[in-house]
Amino acid sequence: MSADPVTSGITRDEVAHLARLARLAVTDAELDVFATQLDVILGAVARVGEVAADDIPPTSHAVPLRNVFRPDERHPGLDQEQALAGAPAAEDGRFRVPRILGEE
Amino acid sequence: MSELIRLTAAELAEKIHSREVSAVEVAQAHLDRIAAVDGTVHAFLHVASEAALVSAALVDDGLAAGVAPASPLAGVPLALKDVFTTIDMPTTAGSKILSGWRPPYDATLTTRLRAAGVTILGKTNMDEFAMGSSTEYSAYGPTRNPWATARIPGGSGGGSAAALAAFEAPLAVGTDTGGSVRQPAAMTGTVGVKPTYGGVSRYGLIACASSLDQGGPCARTVGDAALLHEVIAGYDPLDSTSIDEPVPAVVAAARLGASGDLSGVRVGVIRELGGEGYQAGVRSSFDAAVVQLQKLGAEIVEVSCPHFEYGLAAYYLILPSEVSSNLARFDAMRYGLRVGTGASAEEVMAATREAGFGPEVKRRIILGTYALSSGYYDAYYGQAQKVRTLIARDFAAAFTHADVLVSPTAPTTAFPIGDKVDDPLAMYLNDLATIPTNLAGTAALSVPSGLADDGLPVGLQVMAPALGEAVMYRVAAAYEAARDAEDGGPLIHRVPEVPA
Repeated sequence: MSADPVTSGITRDEVAHLARLARLAVTDAELDVFATQLDVILGAVARVGEVAADDIPPTSHAVPLRNVFRPDERHPGLDQEQALAGAPAAEDGRFRVPRILGEE
Repeated sequence: MSELIRLTAAELAEKIHSREVSAVEVAQAHLDRIAAVDGTVHAFLHVASEAALVSAALVDDGLAAGVAPASPLAGVPLALKDVFTTIDMPTTAGSKILSGWRPPYDATLTTRLRAAGVTILGKTNMDEFAMGSSTEYSAYGPTRNPWATARIPGGSGGGSAAALAAFEAPLAVGTDTGGSVRQPAAMTGTVGVKPTYGGVSRYGLIACASSLDQGGPCARTVGDAALLHEVIAGYDPLDSTSIDEPVPAVVAAARLGASGDLSGVRVGVIRELGGEGYQAGVRSSFDAAVVQLQKLGAEIVEVSCPHFEYGLAAYYLILPSEVSSNLARFDAMRYGLRVGTGASAEEVMAATREAGFGPEVKRRIILGTYALSSGYYDAYYGQAQKVRTLIARDFAAAFTHADVLVSPTAPTTAFPIGDKVDDPLAMYLNDLATIPTNLAGTAALSVPSGLADDGLPVGLQVMAPALGEAVMYRVAAAYEAARDAEDGGPLIHRVPEVPA
């Protein structure tokens, strides 16, 4: 993806690519609707580009983030049964998942 | 119908603690009310009748044994937004992807409510993962506004606000990422507070956008909201963004405010919020509120926040970016829905997320994925973060001239169900006036400012600096007392009876 992001819209193909990246198996009908809607939304949010802000530092959090430590002491956590209670599939005390490594 | 449901939380607590009525009677009265009207209102996704009665009975037992109540709200019922984890109730965040999920732990906020002896009646409806302004994006169907049941109650916390307005609960909890506590409060004639970012723990709050999300109290009066605020707020080592500072003394501030004198308080009217795009009835209600504040002795000043007009654009880049990252955890592997028997984990993930997420969630995930893409990051997400800095600076400058800032909470009154559901940008405009506070991490609330010419409630937004909640509650309580005196009673008592 390239081109001038502030003036160009978003295409149906780009939406399909983004959906794949985000692991969303969207339908063709959804792609049609989303491409149109996202183009309108992007046109509106691109307004941030009108603000002259080259020398302005970005804010990711309203309060400064710092690391938080706790004493290195044992304390109770979830046991195996609790951790697996919501699993779609479990086996031998572990999460059972589909194949992760492809054949490619 | 029991008259108990019309009382405030403070009145109920007084009656329960003096043993004039039992906490069980109070819980039962609200459960009966839910049974009678929630078929229409649909404020609740889950009603925990048995657990509520058990919890209330424990409060009664303690009082009978002469033990002091665990908190000023012990025995008072509350409706909890279904975005906080509860070990004994399902937690869905309004999404199909978490249908029937039972969390293995309680949110810190849930733990605090239990420790305070508050009776949790159940979990309230919301836009899926708190994305929306009407509660129509809930996977479980919309909530209806008790003032006009063909209309939305606001969102994302429409369930919590509607539960208050329908007298199904005297207290509720919501979360406010861009206005999701305040806008529903405005739409339903109730009070909703977005505390300072970091003021209320996010541990066990299912994330929408982590740098913006904040839990907060919902009530029918400012004083009740203050009581709940002091129960749920405070430092939590389990939340890395929790502020390790004393909780502002909001109960005392609300009491001071209710005495009706605002001499020495400077109230700033933001030039950029309230003009174009605001319904005429909303503007006139706001203008009358400013006159009222002046009569109470406040000094009115006009302030300018020139970057607020870019707040909506910055927000709808920052929020989807965080959403696209946060919602990656719904991967069909450890909890929640799993769909399909695809050969690979990737296929199962994609099929599950397609089936489990609704359209608004998908739109925001795609938008966020785009804004964070290589080649677009600087122009969109990076630039939005700079605008966020400028909005925080606008607030800082305005707060040198004023102790609190005011605006209408939402640009319109409640709109008909179905009106904006297919027009995302029109839906986003609801949050025009509430978003800047989330971007800056400051505090704000919405208090009813009467009815517009269409007979629907309007909210007055009062904004304060970070940890400046006390003056915000004081101003809101003074305004509320003056309005109630002028109207001959609280606005909420004029809500029509909910049709069965």
